[in-house]
Amino acid sequence: MPTAIEFFKLLPKTNCKDCGQPTCLAFAMLLANQKAKIDDCPHIKKESKDALSEASAPPVRTVSIGPKGKGIEMGGETVLYRHERRFVNQTAYAVTVSDSLDTDAIKERIKKIGSLRFERVGLVFDIDLISIKNESGITERYLDCIRTVTSEWDRPFILECDNADILAEALNLCRSRRPLIYAADDDNVDFLASLSKDSGCPLAVRCSDIDDAVVLTEKAKKLGIEDLVLDLGSKNLKECLERQTVARRSALKKKFKPLGYPLMNRVGSGEYAVATAVISTLKYGSLVIFDDLSSYEALPLFTLRQNIYTDPQVPIQVKQGLYPIGNPDEHSPIMFTTNFSLTYFTVRADIEKSKIPVWLQTVNTEGLSVLTAYAAGKFDPEHVKEALDESGVLTKSNGIVVVPGLVSRMSGKLQELIKRDVIVGTTESKNIPKHLKEITS
Amino acid sequence: MTDIPAVSEKYSGKIGEVVLGKGDYRAGNAKGMPFLSFENPTKRRPMIAGEVLDDITDYPKLAADMFDGREKDPVEWALMWKQLGADMICLRLVSTDPGKADTSPEDSAALVKRISDSTGLPIMVCGCGVPEKDIETLTAVSNTVRDSRLILSKVDESDYKRLSTAAMANNHLVLAFSNLDVNLAKQMNILLTDFGVQKTDIMMDPLMAALGMGLDYSYSVNERIRLAALNGDRMLQVPMICDCTSAWSVSDATNDEDPSMGDPSHRVTWWETMTALSALISGADVVIMRGPGAMDMVKVYAEELTGAV
Repeated sequence: MPTAIEFFKLLPKTNCKDCGQPTCLAFAMLLANQKAKIDDCPHIKKESKDALSEASAPPVRTVSIGPKGKGIEMGGETVLYRHERRFVNQTAYAVTVSDSLDTDAIKERIKKIGSLRFERVGLVFDIDLISIKNESGITERYLDCIRTVTSEWDRPFILECDNADILAEALNLCRSRRPLIYAADDDNVDFLASLSKDSGCPLAVRCSDIDDAVVLTEKAKKLGIEDLVLDLGSKNLKECLERQTVARRSALKKKFKPLGYPLMNRVGSGEYAVATAVISTLKYGSLVIFDDLSSYEALPLFTLRQNIYTDPQVPIQVKQGLYPIGNPDEHSPIMFTTNFSLTYFTVRADIEKSKIPVWLQTVNTEGLSVLTAYAAGKFDPEHVKEALDESGVLTKSNGIVVVPGLVSRMSGKLQELIKRDVIVGTTESKNIPKHLKEITS
Repeated sequence: MTDIPAVSEKYSGKIGEVVLGKGDYRAGNAKGMPFLSFENPTKRRPMIAGEVLDDITDYPKLAADMFDGREKDPVEWALMWKQLGADMICLRLVSTDPGKADTSPEDSAALVKRISDSTGLPIMVCGCGVPEKDIETLTAVSNTVRDSRLILSKVDESDYKRLSTAAMANNHLVLAFSNLDVNLAKQMNILLTDFGVQKTDIMMDPLMAALGMGLDYSYSVNERIRLAALNGDRMLQVPMICDCTSAWSVSDATNDEDPSMGDPSHRVTWWETMTALSALISGADVVIMRGPGAMDMVKVYAEELTGAV
């Protein structure tokens, strides 16, 4: 982003007040803080305006696939490391549907892709896009396949087709859904750029290496296409890591525009494809297209993406509520902990290890861990009582209530408030199984 | 075409190097962020350690089934890891727990000696988690196995002097444990060096949380530690060990009740592999693995990421 002085230099400096500001300098300062738009100045020269919009564009362009506002956004990243600030748009995953399948098989396949869906701590993990692959080489077949996908799949998709003429027909059919065009290369970039321009659909650029990426994006830009996604042509994990790091660093640290676009990988299926997706998810990939993905690969990969793209400043939380573990009954012990997901999952896993049924109550501490929440007054006897009352667990079980060892100080007050015997538990979660065995035997 | 600007960082620091085993294994010495050959000329593949327990009573059956019965004898098990390509053994002396078999320090020391002699690999030796007993066990181990540079695991803020004394006497290393916190990791290294432990005799364990169980924290703590070290913080220039076996405690990784989640043995293999790849990309110099399939994948991928030497 240019400084106020850089903006000021390009303004008319007439202090005409037509922008609503007393002086051009005041307007420039608002521009630098992104509190005004260049268009607010009616007198700015076109060349100056172009130069300014160029300089004030974000270092990594945000590109969307699908109808504007309803599609998937990629890019827009501002930092290299997630501890600096939350990564903005998580890696999107796509799986292919080939037009070599007959209509019933296509429907079956779409259903299968849709079934790669998991719910975890109140979040849904699933596949974001279908990549419609032209393998038949036959226009009608490809169009039929697109018709089937668009009627069965309401999310964004990709047109993966090496034949530019077929692609042109396909775009005529489905341009309103704004699919990603995959992919332009050295041979067809002019024609595909014109298709992208006419249809308003984003364009993927398949490069042979990172230098080629610069050539192709500069060319596309001259042709007026900026909604680009770059496939840097990495053939292995090392190239994937190094090329994507170079592209992202040059865009963010050197403001190098030709590589300031979302990055993508076209992988196949199986172990190596998943490993590439892992590297790409960790380091700057915005889109990975798989030929296929099994559920045992998808669940850990989705979990990884969630872990990497979660806000480092906001702890992941579970809902305040009652979580029965192993079919507890009216005699089972009642345990409680905070709603910081890490704490919850650790405690839960250790209770499960004991094989003893337990009622586990979480208390909304806004994601703070046990000691921090206690110190902040969010995990005191009153809050615990409130949570226990809300879930009604005390009427479900007359079992003993276990106070986390780290907050043993609250046991007296809690016992008084809930009129039920409490016992102090372990200070470390890993000792829970042993303790549970002792108190239930 | 416009030239791509140079993006390799010029770091003022580098990670120290440690010598392990009988002197033929080395870890550390990174001069840039992991696997980026354009800024890190040290093309050293991170080490992969295979986990061995001296008692498998509480060891998951899903994992035990992957070792063809050889997990029943710790020496056989360690040899199998060597055949699979592991660079190190992580031996957990769980049976020394007074609440379990209460194995004597002498017996444990003899076992470590046998594993060391038969495999020739470096060994990281972990106690059972009962502090008093661990000091006895690990001191005996350290005094007995003097022809290999062992890693004694672990020392923390509350108790580091006794084990460090044994390590210093026998030319062994200590593993400095800290709980997901850059400042605590640094504090541990300061305490140890103030006590007289050489930096070349320390490795650190900043606690690798598994995928889905806080990996986001570990990944960022690791990256911050590595960046600070490269940018000149001498008290963080110590090679890092990440224990990825934590992946096996995640219920989503091993759950066999929900068929929509796919085959559990494949799933846990990926769970551990992804935990390890995240550890490596964020700066781990050594990863500890439980599953042989995961270990194999991680080794192949780490080799490839390192690139031809």
